[in-house]
Amino acid sequence: MLNHTPLWKYIMILFVVSVCTLYAIPNLYGEDYAVQISAGRDAVVDVALMDDVTAQLEAAKLEPKSIAFENDQILVRFRDDSAQRSARDALERHLGTDYFVAMNLAPDTPDWLESLGGTPMKLGLDLRGGVHFLMEVDMASALDKSYEDSVGDFRTALREEGLRYRGVRRTDNGIEIQFRDEDTLDSAEFFLRNRNPDFVFTEIDGLTLRAEMSQQKLAQTRDYAVKQNITIIRNRVNQLGVAEPLVQKQGAERIVVQLPGIQDTAKAKEILNATATLEYRKVDIEHDVRDAVAGRVPPGSELLYDQQGQPVLLEKGVIAEGSNIIDANSGVDQYGLPKVSISLDSKGGAKMARFTKDNVGNPMATVFIEYRSTGERDENGKLIFEQQREVISVATIRGRFGANFETTGLDSPQEAQNLALLLRAGALIAPITIVEERTVGPSLGQENIELGTQAIVWGFLLVLAFMLVYYKKFGIVANIALALNLVMIVGVMSLIPGATLTLPGMAGIVLTVGMAVDANVLIFERIREELRDGRSPQQAIHHGYDSAFSTILDANITTFIAALILFAVGTGPIKGFSITLMIGLVTSMFTAIIVTRAVVNGIWGGKRLKKLSI
Amino acid sequence: MRIFKMKDTVDFMSLRIPALVLSTLMVIGSLVSLSVNSLNWGLDFTGGTVIEIGYDQPAQLDDIRQRLDGAGFGDAIVQNFGSAEDVLIRIAPRDGKKANEISNTVMDVLGIGPDNMRRVEFVGPNVGEELTEQGGLAMLVALLCILIYVAMRFEWRFALGSVAALAHDVIITLGLFSVLQLEFDLTVLAAVLAVIGYSLNDTIVVSDRIRENFRKIRKGEPVEIINTSLTQTLNRTIITSLTTILVLMALFFKGGALIHGFATALLFGVFIGTYSSIYVASLVALALGISREDLMPTEVEKEGADLDPLP
Repeated sequence: MLNHTPLWKYIMILFVVSVCTLYAIPNLYGEDYAVQISAGRDAVVDVALMDDVTAQLEAAKLEPKSIAFENDQILVRFRDDSAQRSARDALERHLGTDYFVAMNLAPDTPDWLESLGGTPMKLGLDLRGGVHFLMEVDMASALDKSYEDSVGDFRTALREEGLRYRGVRRTDNGIEIQFRDEDTLDSAEFFLRNRNPDFVFTEIDGLTLRAEMSQQKLAQTRDYAVKQNITIIRNRVNQLGVAEPLVQKQGAERIVVQLPGIQDTAKAKEILNATATLEYRKVDIEHDVRDAVAGRVPPGSELLYDQQGQPVLLEKGVIAEGSNIIDANSGVDQYGLPKVSISLDSKGGAKMARFTKDNVGNPMATVFIEYRSTGERDENGKLIFEQQREVISVATIRGRFGANFETTGLDSPQEAQNLALLLRAGALIAPITIVEERTVGPSLGQENIELGTQAIVWGFLLVLAFMLVYYKKFGIVANIALALNLVMIVGVMSLIPGATLTLPGMAGIVLTVGMAVDANVLIFERIREELRDGRSPQQAIHHGYDSAFSTILDANITTFIAALILFAVGTGPIKGFSITLMIGLVTSMFTAIIVTRAVVNGIWGGKRLKKLSI
Repeated sequence: MRIFKMKDTVDFMSLRIPALVLSTLMVIGSLVSLSVNSLNWGLDFTGGTVIEIGYDQPAQLDDIRQRLDGAGFGDAIVQNFGSAEDVLIRIAPRDGKKANEISNTVMDVLGIGPDNMRRVEFVGPNVGEELTEQGGLAMLVALLCILIYVAMRFEWRFALGSVAALAHDVIITLGLFSVLQLEFDLTVLAAVLAVIGYSLNDTIVVSDRIRENFRKIRKGEPVEIINTSLTQTLNRTIITSLTTILVLMALFFKGGALIHGFATALLFGVFIGTYSSIYVASLVALALGISREDLMPTEVEKEGADLDPLP
């Protein structure tokens, strides 16, 4: 029989459509203005805290919609944003720095839907407001640092092996080691090659050996610099109290930071941009610091100044560095005096233990290294950073210690706090700069949602009206498909975890609405043509669908290619556009061909027809 | 209801010389404008800072300009955006002082708090350059991929025809942006790529029908067959363009100022794309000498049937 759709196809369509509809439903419920409280390092979120929060809100005469305990966080929902804001301020004042209080929009999805994994679409920053930063890691500094480390490493290794060298120094494109005779060079080359497979060694002349990092090591160093920055930025972002921050690697040397809901961009930048590193160094007590100030700095030592401008003479070797620091906290010791407790990682701890064994009673200095932009650019147009070193503390080693130790003898609790802050900040190895910022205020975000929705609704209604007038009953079928298509796009967007709705994404949906009817137009025009050629209505429907299919497929695949390329090269909002476009193409193929065919067959199929309402 | 009730085939191809002249003129005009005026590159590509501020009352542009001048931003462009209360401030990229802090300085100078700040965009010069490269590359790759797909699916003459139509549409759309000096930003680039998708859609529908008719109609010159095919698909071409233009109008008028460029590019692109699918693609295929033999399905060769006799 012509134009009969088997039962299983109806069931399949029903299944697909209802799944998409189910997951599209959470978008109808909207979002609540919420305040989210999570614990800092030394605090826990418990029932007592919840009572405390409830009491505080009562005292501030704020009536929450609900208070709930979710994933180790307390989520307080409010009816409007002004209540949310005052609650945030009140709670932040009350809870202090032990807890992070963040404003958030919490989906108001009913429990039964949530248990099925239903969530509303994620909104891009251009729709919900917030800051987007693109940060670039200064790879030149990262590599430089890595080479500097290797210079020290080579020196020690050669000395231990009894291979005498004239000098090891860092050059523009690697490390140059000079020897006094060729024999030493040969044996040193043999020795170093076996010891450092991640370096490439070349003889420049009979007495000089050049070492360069292998491609693999270069890639590793770059990767490490980015990863470390990401970890540190994540920690810093937590200080900002953002509900759903995103910190992600982009490309080889960039990091994307997205902070939804943040308005105070100046503060965010200051905290994120505080690039700094740190070194623990031994104070040179064998030489007189006054000689050094007079210009006679002994080789192997270096003259630095502290925050008050006092000179300090330090040995060049680094005991441990900022990247070894895991944590630093200020507090008070058993005598009630301010102190800073520091934890190092195992590598740093081992180094520290080795050093302190022989140096009890000697002073050790902490050097804070900050990178500041000089405002000049190198040949690649990248900003050049300048190192600024400052001694932030000199302390006497009281006994042997390893990964955990304390610095005491600080003048005030304020100083202890500052030192702890500097130590924590000092964990960055390569400086970063913001190369792109996009901030959208909350009013504009809301406005964008409204405008986008309006455009979709208007576009949708116009097309519905047109199709109805132009194709009559078949127009209704096409309109059903179009409506289902819209629901399916929303459902699929909500289902895919990575898909984010942006303003261009909404434009993509509008465009899809306009273009999705194309498939139906093709089919219906074909049916009309077949009818004109004198075929019976049933045959016309059959041929219409059949011969339009390959055309529709070709047309959609090529558009899909364009969207895919857009997805591959685009960022942020553009990705949003290409995602909705791609999803729309797939769902529109489904609704415009399979769904309309089933409906058409269900209505007209298998009947004796003289005329079609098309 | 039907828009066109055509009994006879429309002789589209009789207008091919005027169409050729028109297209050539438009393409040359666009290329000239692009090389002379270039595009009004938006922030995404040039780098710099854009700040949008929403005042509670109509904004005093002169006052804002004076204050910015005093703070060393004499080159800032200050204009209304969308409404009298909304102000858009553009500041060219600069070195030296940390460029990403400009927006904060400006907000301090103008005494704007987070509540009135609507939008801040800062793009470093390098990022802009990379985007320009990437955008151009994306466009080329898209055209190439489509060329390959259409060549595989149809025939190389159609492939060249449809890519010529795409290039035609893209160049003229860019030309419009260049002539009118409309701002060309990332969303416009996305729109241009969507135009590629749309125009292709149209072209393929037409090419598909031409292929089908070459196979079905046994007699008739290529010109006649192309005319027949274009007539048969005309209704569909017009209706789809119409529905698309309808939604784009909704986007243009209801979507807000941020999406204007996007909607403009697409509206114009769809218009040009409709024209080019009728004239450019089929003209190129015709000029390259498309014939029935080229489009016949390849017959399945029987094993050993056409072995050359051994010498």
